[in-house]
Amino acid sequence: MTDTAQQAATRDEVVTHARVHDVELPGGAGTFALITLDNGFDHTKPNSFGPAGLAELSDALDTLAERATKGEIVGAGITGKPFIFTVGADITGIPSITDREQALEIARTGHDTFSKISALPVPTFGFVNGASMGGGVEVALYADYRTISSDVPAYALPECFLGLVPGWGGTYLVPHLIGTEKAAQLIIKNPLSQNRMIKGKNAFELGLADRLLQPVTFLEDSLAFAARVITGEEKVERAEVDTSEEGWNGPLDKAQAEADAKTGKAAPAPYRAIELMRAGRTATREEAFEAENQALADLIMSDELRAGLYAFNLVQKRAKRPAGAPDKSLARKVTKVGIVGAGLMASQMALLFARKLKVPVLLTDLDQERVDKGVAYTHAEIDKLQAKGRLNSDGANRLKALVSGSTSKDGFSDADFVIEAVFEEMSVKKKVFAEVEAVVSRECVLATNTSSLDITDMASELQHPERVVGFHFFNPVAIMPLLEIIRGDRTDDATLATAFATSRGLGKTSILVKNSPSFVVNRLLGRFMGDAGRIVDEGTPIEVVEQAFAGLTPMPPFMLISLVGPAIALHNSETLTKAFPDRFYVSPNLAKVVEAKIPSFYGSDGAIDTKVLDLFDAPASPVVLTADEVRERALGSLADEVRRMLDEGVVQAPEDIDLAMITGAGFPFWNGGVTPLLDRTGISKKVTGKRFLEPGVASVADSR
Amino acid sequence: MPRTLSEVVFVDGVRTPFGKAGEKGMYAQTRADDLVIKCIRELLRRQPDLDPAKVEEVALAATTQIGDQGLTMGRVAGLLAGLPKSTPGYSIDRMCAGAMTAVTNTASSIAFGAYDVAIAGGVEHMGRHPMGEGVDPNPRIIAEKLVDPSALVMGETAENLHDRFPKITKQRCDAFAVGSQNKLAKAYADGKIQPDLVPVATRHDELGWGLATTDEPPRPGTTVEDLAQLKTPFRPHGNITAGNAAGLNDGATACLLASERAATELDLPIGMRLVNYAFVGVEPEVMGIGPVPATEKALDHAGLDISDIGLFELNEAFAVQVLAFLDHFGIADDDPRVNEYGGAIAIGHPLASSGVRLMTQLSRQFAEHPEVRYGLTAMCIGIGMGGSVIWENPHHKDYVSSIDGTGNRTDTEGAA
Repeated sequence: MTDTAQQAATRDEVVTHARVHDVELPGGAGTFALITLDNGFDHTKPNSFGPAGLAELSDALDTLAERATKGEIVGAGITGKPFIFTVGADITGIPSITDREQALEIARTGHDTFSKISALPVPTFGFVNGASMGGGVEVALYADYRTISSDVPAYALPECFLGLVPGWGGTYLVPHLIGTEKAAQLIIKNPLSQNRMIKGKNAFELGLADRLLQPVTFLEDSLAFAARVITGEEKVERAEVDTSEEGWNGPLDKAQAEADAKTGKAAPAPYRAIELMRAGRTATREEAFEAENQALADLIMSDELRAGLYAFNLVQKRAKRPAGAPDKSLARKVTKVGIVGAGLMASQMALLFARKLKVPVLLTDLDQERVDKGVAYTHAEIDKLQAKGRLNSDGANRLKALVSGSTSKDGFSDADFVIEAVFEEMSVKKKVFAEVEAVVSRECVLATNTSSLDITDMASELQHPERVVGFHFFNPVAIMPLLEIIRGDRTDDATLATAFATSRGLGKTSILVKNSPSFVVNRLLGRFMGDAGRIVDEGTPIEVVEQAFAGLTPMPPFMLISLVGPAIALHNSETLTKAFPDRFYVSPNLAKVVEAKIPSFYGSDGAIDTKVLDLFDAPASPVVLTADEVRERALGSLADEVRRMLDEGVVQAPEDIDLAMITGAGFPFWNGGVTPLLDRTGISKKVTGKRFLEPGVASVADSR
Repeated sequence: MPRTLSEVVFVDGVRTPFGKAGEKGMYAQTRADDLVIKCIRELLRRQPDLDPAKVEEVALAATTQIGDQGLTMGRVAGLLAGLPKSTPGYSIDRMCAGAMTAVTNTASSIAFGAYDVAIAGGVEHMGRHPMGEGVDPNPRIIAEKLVDPSALVMGETAENLHDRFPKITKQRCDAFAVGSQNKLAKAYADGKIQPDLVPVATRHDELGWGLATTDEPPRPGTTVEDLAQLKTPFRPHGNITAGNAAGLNDGATACLLASERAATELDLPIGMRLVNYAFVGVEPEVMGIGPVPATEKALDHAGLDISDIGLFELNEAFAVQVLAFLDHFGIADDDPRVNEYGGAIAIGHPLASSGVRLMTQLSRQFAEHPEVRYGLTAMCIGIGMGGSVIWENPHHKDYVSSIDGTGNRTDTEGAA
């Protein structure tokens, strides 16, 4: 057993084998060695490159080199198992790496192995038959020619999304093949846009493959193409790449500006990738690959990557099995949904329920006009989906027929799940629930979309308080992945399980939250936005405060207030201040903005609106903080609040806070949401006396 | 309303290379439907000017219609091959003559005027679907002695045929089998077989993807001495061996059929024109004799005599069964008109697919033999049947198209 194979065995690598099979090319073109990458599982467990798999590929390529030299083969190609080419490096081992040399070894092994493809003395081909990401994209780039199947569902270099660079040749080979503009799209822009993936056809159009082939005969046609290329019958033409300084660097400058806008310069990976691409203009292949090795080693040893992998695991794994949720089998079937209220949020919910659950949805409101408006909104949105081609006309008809409205709640009698989205006032909510309870079956779940009110209190006067559960969406309902599911004191397991099952049906990520003021996301946002308000009220310019949050939140606090609406932000801060008057803060200046009905702190020119500033009371003795001081204070508040929430048992673990902030507030991967950042910066220890996560969970284990 | 009947032509046929059934066969992990899908794709690829929407029917045969040979394969394989959703399809089972029946059925529909262009073919993956998989014979068959128990075992029916025709010895069968191997080897060497083959990517989890480009069953160089050594699994000291019978195989075929009018209008090549056909039942325990009465009936319908047939493509399920046919019609064992490229003993016989292989090869031979006016494709069929289809050579000097330059029929025979 080789060293690498032993390593693999010790950490249970799912080895992606490199199977070599000789095929006779059509038209008597000769014997062709076809490598199939296959880990022996079906497409639900995709191929990836771990140490043992790379060693096997390396050995296979050594053998092929010998055979090619002897003239036994006229060409070689590499393809994947059904539906999957390869989805990149096996990253499961990275969290355990504590030594930079180990990281460097991973980087070098990729380059050394894949370079054996380019070094073969016969024409080489990549036949990209299925999903291809990261190292899977890169390995095919070492071949002389590529075909891609038109049904490839996902093609991407997602490294920068996680906190890495495509450093097995990607930052050098991609721009030299298709130019820096398209390369930046693949390497920088797409990963930073919610990790966008492209399809086989797009990859072909970008120039990443020489031929786009139909899936039905993909491999047959790929081999026929190889045969024609080898015999000289077919020539491959490619667009020339502009390697002039201006032509090469211009698009990279743009990409850098976009990275600034997306990450506030807080994520190292995209900048490192851009730097590598810049150097790649004049570097030799060897120099470029060595620079990639060093970059990968640095990044693998960075806390940002470890936080990124932690975050990735949260959204991939923890999100699928919400901590503390009752057994799935307790869930009741939801065959009809009722929504009390027909306002905008209620209408958005109606659309989501109808689209995802495909069950009848009844909207109710007090007057016919509001009901009609709500239903009309939903139907108009369905028309838009149809116009975009996301629905055909039968599908649109089906959805429209599912959504109806009424001024009477009688139609809820056969509903299994009724959610209220009425005015945020306890007496109103209690009245609504009492009316609903009078109509519905004994087991119908009564859910509330309240963002701040007490669930237990809301249920207290019902005959069956055990059926009430908090079901808190984030705006915009269709887009934000998070649903906070709140258990009241008397909520039973069947109700809770039904809520989780419904959330899953809606395609949402849900976390279980204890009945507590403003739950998770709004409480934490409220805390730091309160801080931001207080700091501004005390005299620090808004611009400085905004700047202080770069790379921490997806948008600065006053921009966020403007987006959700000053009135809602004020309401949230009032609720929280009522609950925790010592820590939260209601800004008198924010109240003035709300009173003046100014919808945004920002003017149409993108600068802070002077009308807003004019309303502000000047502090008696202004305190002007620097951006760093603002940031330190805000992070300190977050650490304090997170600690309190964990101590109060609001959620099961810090991981749930991070999952919530990533999926409900768009907090970035490179900070792992929030707790890894607080640990990394030492603030958690300073403020609360201890870390949130053990070293190594979302950081390099022995780094500090 | 007067009805205009159409002449039907065989445009083109293709097949996958045939594989040996079983774990070690090249198609062991390749789906059956994928085999026939590749054939349909290839037919379309070879006629780039034919709008796939013009294909109005897909009839596909399989003997065991379950799993990847089930689900109304003619319809589903058409969709998977890229035919438009407007093209319907269905599945057919007449055991070994499945693809032959797919051709005669669709041809009859074309002749009737129901449609103009169709795809017919068949597939049998005997590795994934061994003969008799999942069958549940009605116990009355035995209880009422409707047929001899040996009728369901094809090898035993072949032994029964030796009993009926003592003049057909094992030595003659072995010699015929060697001839089949030799003829196929020569045809391969002359490049006669390769043009019909569709390369198929073969899936294997341990070997990786491969590409099937040539038939797996042939054993070139086999001698009668070799064959004499083989076991006779169906009877102690019997006659039938793995050497003088077709093996268990995986493979698929498909062909494009059209009315002569459509072929002319769409500028499709014409490989053969259908003259007539017949299927006849015989005693199931000697099913191998089936092609004899079927051919007599088809000849009678066509107003032809056996002497009019210049080329024969006879399925070699068993050498004895071919020899029974040749003896009946007074044709020598090694008559050069018979199975010029060899037969199923060498190439293989993936049950329901074979009929179209016979036709495809006959159409190739027609092109090489313009002096031949008529040819015959015939095969025996399990549970006691025979099928025989007579074809006319469009390359013959006396061939008259039913369509004149203006697209009208040149005769009025078809009017009814």
